[in-house]
Amino acid sequence: MNENPDTQARQIIDNLTIYYGPKKKFVAICAGTGCRASGSLKVKEALEAELKKQNLNVDVLATGCLGFCEKGPMVVVHPDKYFYQHVKVEDVPEIVSKTVAKGEVISRLLYRHPETQKALFREEDLPFYKKQLRVVFGKNGMINPEKIEDYFAIDGYQALAKVLSEMTPEAVIAEVKKAGLRGRGGGGFPAAVKWEGVRKAHGEPKYVIANGDEGDPGAYMDRSLMEGNPHSIIEGMIIGAYAVGAHEGYIYVRNEYPMAVKHLSLAIEAARDNGLLGKNILGTDFSFDIQINKGAGAFVCGESSALFASIEGRAGEPRAKYVHAVERGLYDKPTVLNNVETWANVPLIINKGADWYASIGTEGSKGTKIFSLVGKINNTGLIEVPMGTTLYEIIYDMGGGIPNGRKFKAVQTGGPSGGCIPERLLDLPVDFDRLTEVGSMMGSGGMIVMDDTSCMVDVARYFTGFLQEESCGKCVPCREGIRRMKAILDDICSGKGREGDVELLEKIATGIADGSLCALGGSAPNPVLSTIRYFREEYDAHIREHRCPAGVCKALITYNIDPDKCTGCTLCSKVCPVQAISGEKKRAHRIDAEKCTRCGACMESCKFDAIFVK
Amino acid sequence: MTKAMSIAAKTRQIVKKHGGGKSAMIAVLQDIQDTFNYLPKEALKTAAKAMNVPFSRVYEAATFYAAFSLEPRGKHVVTVCMGTACHVRGAAMLEDKLERTLGIKPGGTTADGKFSLKTVNCVGACALGPVVIIDTEYHGHMTMKKIDQVIEQINQEGAQQ
Repeated sequence: MNENPDTQARQIIDNLTIYYGPKKKFVAICAGTGCRASGSLKVKEALEAELKKQNLNVDVLATGCLGFCEKGPMVVVHPDKYFYQHVKVEDVPEIVSKTVAKGEVISRLLYRHPETQKALFREEDLPFYKKQLRVVFGKNGMINPEKIEDYFAIDGYQALAKVLSEMTPEAVIAEVKKAGLRGRGGGGFPAAVKWEGVRKAHGEPKYVIANGDEGDPGAYMDRSLMEGNPHSIIEGMIIGAYAVGAHEGYIYVRNEYPMAVKHLSLAIEAARDNGLLGKNILGTDFSFDIQINKGAGAFVCGESSALFASIEGRAGEPRAKYVHAVERGLYDKPTVLNNVETWANVPLIINKGADWYASIGTEGSKGTKIFSLVGKINNTGLIEVPMGTTLYEIIYDMGGGIPNGRKFKAVQTGGPSGGCIPERLLDLPVDFDRLTEVGSMMGSGGMIVMDDTSCMVDVARYFTGFLQEESCGKCVPCREGIRRMKAILDDICSGKGREGDVELLEKIATGIADGSLCALGGSAPNPVLSTIRYFREEYDAHIREHRCPAGVCKALITYNIDPDKCTGCTLCSKVCPVQAISGEKKRAHRIDAEKCTRCGACMESCKFDAIFVK
Repeated sequence: MTKAMSIAAKTRQIVKKHGGGKSAMIAVLQDIQDTFNYLPKEALKTAAKAMNVPFSRVYEAATFYAAFSLEPRGKHVVTVCMGTACHVRGAAMLEDKLERTLGIKPGGTTADGKFSLKTVNCVGACALGPVVIIDTEYHGHMTMKKIDQVIEQINQEGAQQ
């Protein structure tokens, strides 16, 4: 055994890597939250049973999210990497006897190009994956997140070994700085600047925290990282702790993510068992450990000072930040708080080098970003792209455009603090600065696509309602101002809007942004301001013509039946909860607008597309 | 042993498990809720004493966080995701439908104690939107028709037991 503790760290990890990996032949099945709900665990069990039955010694890897949630359950057969979509239990015997045993491809399970109908064999051939650069998220497909062995097999903890055996803390910070890593949680603050601040700050102990309180509705990339590759986050945190001189770490996870908590807990235990957490990590004199704190359903706890309050066991109310968290954070001690995706980028920077990392992305935003592409989009899922990829490429090339031949209207980024971006800005390269310039923000990376059936006033009202509930109530402009904005938007949506309402909204917005302590209040007006900026005509239609152009706002619409299309099947009249639909069998029906509550049940039930909103 | 005593005893156990410090407050409340399905007043009082903090501190945390309930919840908790992705795919209509079917508003529990209805701001299963979660099971791509079938199925399972 090597006596030098520094090179010993490297040797321990090298031995583990050689011992465990890499695997060649295995069947990966996505067991992320989305695919589980589509039945992937049953397919996994069937695969295991069938492989045993056919006497094949091939592992089944229940992986975290593979990204293409729309096509789940997904199976990838290695080493050929054949990609099968919508796999059912009935497909399993054939997959095993043909693809696993003989390497033959099953055509019917392949993805087909939506335009040419040509069958595509591998992940990288699919338009959804083709333009992606999945350096952080792509590893999900190679590991069972419950097994540390799988992480070793893909060179896991190599970056830690390198740091502990070759680099000083200052060198680590310099490398991260050179890479240009900016925080993935929303603000885009340079990570290395925080680290440097904490390293130099006085006061012990110092803390390192991973923010996994992914609260932005429509964003689930952090969930998929915590569930799918927990060790990448832990490795990043250990490196960060070494760099800043911390010995205690926390991962703050949303209450709504039970599987993330489970996988992170298993990963922390396994890391301790392998000497990667705890006292004298890998035989060096560096010690560090991590504990998990669960949130309890408060959006504001994603904000740094509210998050600290929550870990300390109090209500999550933000405080004024005259002194920054790097000086006084958790328990008033120097604290690094980075988002989980930021931490997962750290091992990559150490392994591949700052120059490589900085070669990806735009001038001000380096590396890749994971986005969740959801809403009115064909290929719902998670994508990872180099910073600077245009919205058009994301929505049309990867996302496959808008379903049902409808027209794109807007994409909402940045969660409740972000804004809605219209069609004419689709060529915008996506990075921290450009999104801010157009009145939105990166946020944690949610992209909610809306088509012409989404009402932008309703969307603004939705976010304002969200923020009204989630405002902690400490600052009056935020608590009362958002409530006033919501009341005005309620009025506009119910046809009671007045001339001057839009100007009043703008005025209140300024007051809220200026008078709030934390970013929740500071950015709360964004959804309202950005929709006014780009979709003013929709506000005007509501206010002046009492009309909701998208057909969403209940008070301004009526449900109608097209007599030419209606076959008189009577289904709609059966589902109507208020008996507003009348008509004889096999004759066109009518809706009584007075009785109708606009619940939409009839429209959902109609098989002939005869019911429409006016 | 009376019921109140057993609540107190269990609560003291939970506080002890978390080391007794007040920084474990949220985790203690989470465990109390997991144990009793809600936060009984008796448990909160005991927890305050055991952690040596004023009752108001415990009450503050218990009422600040949306995940905590001071009222007993139904046997099945029906959660409608109101995230943006679900919203643009009609979550509000589903929630209306559930209000009609169950006869309760979000936060309420049916008279027979069978169902509680609540809303949540995104569960990160956006690809499945609109999503309804019943207890721990995710039901994706929900429609008004499908949600009625799911509720009906649970009712029938209950009737057979």
